[in-house]
Amino acid sequence: MKSKTLVVNEDSHKKTKLIKKKIEISTVILHLVLILGAAIMIFPFIWSITSSLKSVSQIFIVPPEFLPNPFVWSNYPDSLKAMPFGRAYWNSFYITVLIVGIQLITAAMAAYAFAKIRFPGVNLLFILFLATMMIPKQVTMVPTYMIMSKIGWLDTHLALIVPGALFNAFSVFLLRQFIMGIPNELEEAAVVDGANPLRIFWSVILPLIKPALAAVGIFSFMGTWNNFMEPLIYLSTPDLFTVPLMLNYFKGLYATDWGLMMAGSTISIIPVLIIYIIAQKHIIEGVALTGIKG
Amino acid sequence: MMKNKTLWGYFFLAPQLLGLVAFALIPLVFSIVLSFMDWDGFGTKSFIGLENFIGQFQSPVFWKSLRNTVLYTILYIPIGVSISLLLAFALNKVKGKELYRIFYFMPVVTSSVSVGVIWMWILNGDFGILNQLLGVFGIAGPQWLTNTSLVMISIVMLSVWWQVGFNMIIFLAGLQGISKSYYEAADIDGASGFQKFRHITLPMLSPTTFFVTIMAIISSFQVFDQAYVMTMGGPAKSSYTIVYHIYELAFVNFRMGESAAAAIILFTIIMIFTLIQFKVSKRWVHYEE
Repeated sequence: MKSKTLVVNEDSHKKTKLIKKKIEISTVILHLVLILGAAIMIFPFIWSITSSLKSVSQIFIVPPEFLPNPFVWSNYPDSLKAMPFGRAYWNSFYITVLIVGIQLITAAMAAYAFAKIRFPGVNLLFILFLATMMIPKQVTMVPTYMIMSKIGWLDTHLALIVPGALFNAFSVFLLRQFIMGIPNELEEAAVVDGANPLRIFWSVILPLIKPALAAVGIFSFMGTWNNFMEPLIYLSTPDLFTVPLMLNYFKGLYATDWGLMMAGSTISIIPVLIIYIIAQKHIIEGVALTGIKG
Repeated sequence: MMKNKTLWGYFFLAPQLLGLVAFALIPLVFSIVLSFMDWDGFGTKSFIGLENFIGQFQSPVFWKSLRNTVLYTILYIPIGVSISLLLAFALNKVKGKELYRIFYFMPVVTSSVSVGVIWMWILNGDFGILNQLLGVFGIAGPQWLTNTSLVMISIVMLSVWWQVGFNMIIFLAGLQGISKSYYEAADIDGASGFQKFRHITLPMLSPTTFFVTIMAIISSFQVFDQAYVMTMGGPAKSSYTIVYHIYELAFVNFRMGESAAAAIILFTIIMIFTLIQFKVSKRWVHYEE
């Protein structure tokens, strides 16, 4: 009797050992595949950076050489001299900050009204907001262009800033979902203390939805910074260009000088990547949050 | 008190409501009106009925742009969604997923133009790194961007690389949102790994899959940036998409009425697809009660 139990135990022990080994091998394979995938994801960045430091003749060498030999730094000052990239950075920066900052406040205000204030027409208006998310921007593109032209905003940053700051149904919708989750008791307590809705919004609601504001803010930051179509349509003076538009313009003029182009491309990517690496946890979690709530 | 609440309600709503009216409703109405007009954007407008729509349906260029857009969507959706789903499964339980996430998400933060410039070079038929890599295996790589039958495939490749991290993150969040108690209950019932995957993971993840697929289809129908930056719609208009068509009609050819008509056709197509998706979704999307 005793010996039999022992055998069974030994057997199952062997089995778990076997399974463990199997798992280890599959984990190693999984990691290898994931590392290969990660390499594919970052390789284009690394390759364009190393190429930006090569001479034209080295870029075309077959088979390709990975490291620059010698390092050619002149592509950077040359591309900065060729195009006002610094200017484009400033444009992109201040446009994005204004749009995201103002949009967060106006969207949170609207979201608060939709979530917590009962007034005539509130449901109908909310449905209207939701419905506009279905409209592709190409449908409103031509008329909006005409409106901008009528009020003299063509080839100015106002054409980008004002619509972005004042209208984003997606942000309103997401923030509303969060504000709905705040218990009414908190507000009622503030009302008892004699606070008006503006005070409640500012001192009760806004502090409570900080994580949501961060998520929505990151989302519109990425969308605004990388926006290509609106600047392409509205802006024609190079001094007013945003970073993506400047790079596209640059590409059009220097399409054959690959060293210069890779430098230009790197100049436009590096700051975004630095911000990304610093804030990646928040950016990725913000996107995850948006996905769940959407 | 009642009146007061109404005032406050509209006070908080005012800025976004103004934006909604000025940048969505008025342009939408204007766009519909414009689609029945003949207008070059400067001179006088004249009412021409359905002519713009008929003109689009008779235009080979419109059909070509539609065909390219549908081709892109058909290629991109299954490849893009399944790769991001597989990656999310792979990362879900693996150690070091935070580090992998950083790398896989990196292209997402990059602008379409930067991505386009880099890929123009990766895909260059003569000295692009992809063909040099294929050369190592003795394969003579094609002219990715100047071959009419390969150019949309090239744009799909770029798009998958560019966006796979985004969808992966959303899938990963969906996977981590599935309560462990389901798996524990299944373990007690003696379910196998595949059974758990088939009867817990897939149905519980279906709302996320639905969300990702719908968003991906909607954005696929609006593909523009990649084609504009890399190929300018070429060669021979074989990467010319609907949005490219709408853009060119309005801002290159100044045929505002036709552009509006094409945009409204695009809107209708997206709406029909979305509605069909919602209808079909009842069969496969599982929502928790």
